[in-house]
Amino acid sequence: MFKGVDFFPHGTNWKVIDKRTYFVGLSWAFAILSAVLLMTRGLNYGVDFKGGSLIEVQAKSGTLDVGSLREQLNKLGYGELQVQGSGPAGALIRVGQQPGADEVAESKAQATANEKIKAALTEKYDVRRTEVVGPAVSSELKMTGIYAVIAAIVGVLLYVWFRFEWQFAMAAVVALVHDVFITVGMFSILWYEFDLSVVAALLTLAGYSINDTVVVFDRIRENLRKYKKMPLNDLLDQSINETLSRTVLTSVVTSLAVLALYIFGTSVIHGFAFAMLFGIVIGTYSSIFVASPLLLWFGVKRDWSNNPDAAKAAVTKAKA
Amino acid sequence: MMHFTRGKTLSILAICLAGFLACIPNFLSDATFKGLPSWMQHRIQLGLDLRGGAHLLMAMDSDQLKKDWLANIREDARKQLRDAKIGFSGIGSTNAGVQVRLVKPEETDSALAILKKLAQPVAATGFAGGNDLAVAKGNEAGLITIEPTEPGSLDRVSKAAGAAIETVRRRIDALGTTEPNIVRQGRDRILIQVPGVEDTKALKELIGKTAKLTFHEVHPQVSVEEARQSRAPSGYKIAKADPKDTGERDYVIKEAPVVGGEELADAHAGFDQRTNESIISFRFNQSGARKFGSFTKDNVGRPFAIVLDAGRPEEKVLSAPVIREAILGGSGQISGSYTPESANNFAIQLRSGALPTNLTVIEERTVGANLGQDSIDSGKRAAIVGMIAVVGFMVFAYGLLGVIASIGAALHVVLVFAIMSLIGSTMTLPGIAGIVLTIGMAVDANVLIYERIREELRGGKPPIAAINAGFERAYGTIIDSQLTTFIAGLVMFFLGSGPIRGFAVTLTLGIITTVFTAFTITRMLVSWWLMAQKTKKIEAPLDYRMARTATSVRTS
Repeated sequence: MFKGVDFFPHGTNWKVIDKRTYFVGLSWAFAILSAVLLMTRGLNYGVDFKGGSLIEVQAKSGTLDVGSLREQLNKLGYGELQVQGSGPAGALIRVGQQPGADEVAESKAQATANEKIKAALTEKYDVRRTEVVGPAVSSELKMTGIYAVIAAIVGVLLYVWFRFEWQFAMAAVVALVHDVFITVGMFSILWYEFDLSVVAALLTLAGYSINDTVVVFDRIRENLRKYKKMPLNDLLDQSINETLSRTVLTSVVTSLAVLALYIFGTSVIHGFAFAMLFGIVIGTYSSIFVASPLLLWFGVKRDWSNNPDAAKAAVTKAKA
Repeated sequence: MMHFTRGKTLSILAICLAGFLACIPNFLSDATFKGLPSWMQHRIQLGLDLRGGAHLLMAMDSDQLKKDWLANIREDARKQLRDAKIGFSGIGSTNAGVQVRLVKPEETDSALAILKKLAQPVAATGFAGGNDLAVAKGNEAGLITIEPTEPGSLDRVSKAAGAAIETVRRRIDALGTTEPNIVRQGRDRILIQVPGVEDTKALKELIGKTAKLTFHEVHPQVSVEEARQSRAPSGYKIAKADPKDTGERDYVIKEAPVVGGEELADAHAGFDQRTNESIISFRFNQSGARKFGSFTKDNVGRPFAIVLDAGRPEEKVLSAPVIREAILGGSGQISGSYTPESANNFAIQLRSGALPTNLTVIEERTVGANLGQDSIDSGKRAAIVGMIAVVGFMVFAYGLLGVIASIGAALHVVLVFAIMSLIGSTMTLPGIAGIVLTIGMAVDANVLIYERIREELRGGKPPIAAINAGFERAYGTIIDSQLTTFIAGLVMFFLGSGPIRGFAVTLTLGIITTVFTAFTITRMLVSWWLMAQKTKKIEAPLDYRMARTATSVRTS
């Protein structure tokens, strides 16, 4: 019988805890970079969050020349108009929100602009998709998106708190916020479009990227019960190394599925798949290199027999 | 641990079989599907992004609704006080409500008693009684205020939304398109989804307009000029032939209509052969015909006005014909500069009744049928390639156990489809993405179990003990890791809109089936494999290498 190949190195002895300053420092650097980018450059919001309209077209025959399409459309004079190629024969056209005195007037102006643009396109292109989002809806979607991400993080925090000690919950959630935040920062760096599907990916990451952390924490808890005398630094390192194959391989299989989405998906799925892929990688990194050092920082109760003095002593010892 | 009772085995197999059966209706042709008994007619609906169609989110004009309501209250109050012979010097609306100023302050109490009858109890559930209007003495003698209450306003908006949905449905049905989905969303919004419609311009024109038709008396003596110079007589107002121009074809009409659009029985687009014009012919119902008949009998030789959207900013007198003789048959026609198409639209709007307010498009998404098909194809391709990659990896890393994990993953997909079919769920493109993602996540659980088995084997446990320990110890970890993703899925389902929700459905369902397959199917198959080996000496199920302490990997 074929038993598979045990290719992943075992018995590794990575000294993660000793080097924690570097890893946590690196994460801080990424997080600060993300924060600075978000404050200065911001995000390339899609119509969902910015308002305005999106028109996806495809050339009726042959390939599509983005330059000439842009030139043709800019002559219409509807202000901020972006044309971006999508595949050999397709293009995405983004039209900014047209001004108007009130919501009704804005809606009408936007509709007129869309009709004019579509009329100019019909000769050579097929309109495949249009999305028009008014200002009221876009700001609502933005707020709901922010609430949803917060709600998901709080939900995960409560669950991990319920299953582990609060120190574990805090460490896991800080690692999780780190993953989500840096993924958002990546969208700012690459200037990829940030829309509803990316928010869906971030929410999924909030649930998924914690999986690997939970695997490591489960092992830490198991080892805490097993090795009552082992120095905490060594215990954390051992737990990380023992679970290394699991944290990495689970991420690998999920990435394989997401990679298929990234390669074969349409323009609607691209942002989602990219956010997932990047998030899984950064999530695995943080599970191994960030979450456990954080746990050390928050302090772990060594003795599981409810003796607060012994626990305090253990924490002080670990910090020393 | 690895032992399955006969009952357990049979129920697991029954669930799998039921899953396969529940998927079948999705692959049948429409004709065969319709021939199935009704309890089997469950299948997955395709979302608009996959079948093509239009999604419109429209907002009602709440301000206009309130203005209309206050105008009605004003009319009612005027009528009640007049009937009771209580003199008033003025009735006006403010932002908050209606103010009535009485001539004699000493009549305040009796007027209050009469006006209190205007308030109706709110029937809405969830509110402990309460009236829709609060009628109270104002802060001056002889002043009475009538103000809508919060439950009253909510109730009013709800009723308007209900009426608007009905009207919109009738208008879209008249187009002959299939199964529009029209639902209220939030307080004052209506979501309209029409499959198969790609050009929304005509759709928006058809459903956005109020189209309230009323028939009014034209003041017999006072001309427009006189009314402009002084003021329109009480109960009358100036109505324009076209809201945009200040032309001469304006009329002084009575505010209260003779007959309202709700009394129209029918309206049709037609053609006047003498003038070669498109016309709309209409017919009243019995009560409308009676009212119109007696009105025309009493007013022969005078004009009457057919008004569109009376009392709104876009109010327009369509025509003001002179009554030649009593019109007792209850039918008539409207002519004007109509094209056959606009005449038809207008007839549909009249037939379907007036919308309580105009609807403004605040979100619009349309997908062409071509793109929908492309999305389905690319989704399928991604799912197949993703599945092959995952299976390839699992078989490479875990051999036969990898095959078992792959069977579990395949069953997981079947079960997600089965549940979605049974609850008649809608499949969207993000939904497909959710399924592909959960294929990866499904085998995560197996990786956790198998790596644990390897670890136990390395630790020197005999094969069966290692397998037992692997399943047992990985349990908690699997539950913890899947539940956190499940929480995120629930958040998406309850807070997310359209596309996110479709993803949330497949993600949460996928997690449930993943946990099910990991704990039942995979385990059962492994135990079968163990039993098949009973006669032989049981060998380790997985290849494993001992840890080589000498090759410790340095991180720096």
